[in-house]
Amino acid sequence: MKERSKRWLSLGLILLAATALAAGPVEMSVQVKSGQVLETPSFLGKVVARLNYGDRIQVLEQQGDWSKVTAPDGQTGWIHSSALTKKKIAMKAGSQNAQTAASGDDLALAGKGFNSDVEADFKAKNRNVDFTWVDKMEKIKVPPEAKQQFLKDGGIQPAEGGKR
Amino acid sequence: MSPRLCSLAPALGAVAAGVALVFACGCSTVTQVGGIMGQATGVVSADQAQAITKSAQAMEKTFEDITPEQEYYIGRAVAATVLVTYKPFDREQANAYLNLLGQTAAQFSTKPETFGGYHFLLLETDEVNAFAAPGGLILISRGMVRCCKSEDELVAVLAHEISHVDHQHGLKAIRKGRLTSALTTLGAAAGSSLAGGQLAEVTKAFEGSIADITSTMMNSGYSRTTEFEADKGAVAIMKKLGYNPAALVTMLEQMEGQLKADSAGFGKTHPAPQVRIAELKKVIGTEAPLQPASERQQRFQKAMGGV
Repeated sequence: MKERSKRWLSLGLILLAATALAAGPVEMSVQVKSGQVLETPSFLGKVVARLNYGDRIQVLEQQGDWSKVTAPDGQTGWIHSSALTKKKIAMKAGSQNAQTAASGDDLALAGKGFNSDVEADFKAKNRNVDFTWVDKMEKIKVPPEAKQQFLKDGGIQPAEGGKR
Repeated sequence: MSPRLCSLAPALGAVAAGVALVFACGCSTVTQVGGIMGQATGVVSADQAQAITKSAQAMEKTFEDITPEQEYYIGRAVAATVLVTYKPFDREQANAYLNLLGQTAAQFSTKPETFGGYHFLLLETDEVNAFAAPGGLILISRGMVRCCKSEDELVAVLAHEISHVDHQHGLKAIRKGRLTSALTTLGAAAGSSLAGGQLAEVTKAFEGSIADITSTMMNSGYSRTTEFEADKGAVAIMKKLGYNPAALVTMLEQMEGQLKADSAGFGKTHPAPQVRIAELKKVIGTEAPLQPASERQQRFQKAMGGV
């Protein structure tokens, strides 16, 4: 009996510790050039906020592949978790390159790896490689509403509403 | 790629050989070395960084350390390099439709958010071919579009390519020793920006990585297992998206006919369509192909009819 209550006590302590860890929002960074916060955990939802690379956000809860977040401007909504990282991303002063800051386990290879400086050097050394069309294709961005309309017009019903 | 880029190989060969054993064991140790490598890439001394990067464990971490931003720059250079050989097909309406379909489908992949997002472009060539550059720049040949008789079949082709990006198959084609030299240089660089010589070193590793990926995509092809993985991923995307994955099978049947006349492109780099179909049937069962809805067929014809 004594043994059993001890076990319950330790289980209780573990649960307590787990709750303490789980409580409170977790801070994460946006790891894509431009992120979108949606009203619902689905790409079919309305966009309520836009985020920039390196923005720090508070993750309130997770549902499948989606995270409920509070954006820097206080707006709350859902973002696909693939847009987020636990790492801190600091933008390098006077440059468009990011640098990942060092802090404990969240440390990563600094953004001084393959970046726009390296691309410029690559271009200078490989003059036959033309980036014109790469830049052009990157400009083709389909707005969320157009995607939704496209599915609707085509009679396509996403099986999971893009929720997972 | 040019032979000049390949000349890096012997220099890195020795390092690569030293770590071959570790790689044979798979990626399970990646997380364990995370902390060690972290110190090496941060503010620690150059000595420490070099010592660690020389170790085999550090090598494994290099692949994991390719951030979405770096993947994006690799992808841009890969796409630009493919476009040296294959000219773009400059027809706005067709490319707009391709992006509408492709960017919609990409949202239903496992990693829909890449650094620069998904973008699609048609290639002029009659060859049956398609390329998925890291980060989501996808190139589809006119010859490939002609294997598709419907929107459903075209989305199957795009989903297969999206799946290659999702699984980072391009990045995995980078020779194992390649990134170590870049990492050693980066580890040794104390400041936030690279000095001239260091930049040249990193660019060399970058060029080598691009050469590894493009030569795999354009010449040798991925392994059969890798292609089957992309096919399976395509089925998953199509199911979530709401298209019948059986369209991938009918597309492959049409491709089979096209490939007989032209063995370049997919004929060289991919398993035979019949082999892929046999694998696919294990995953999707024997569902009847979806009858093309008139609206989908209409818009497909309008955009792709003349391609």
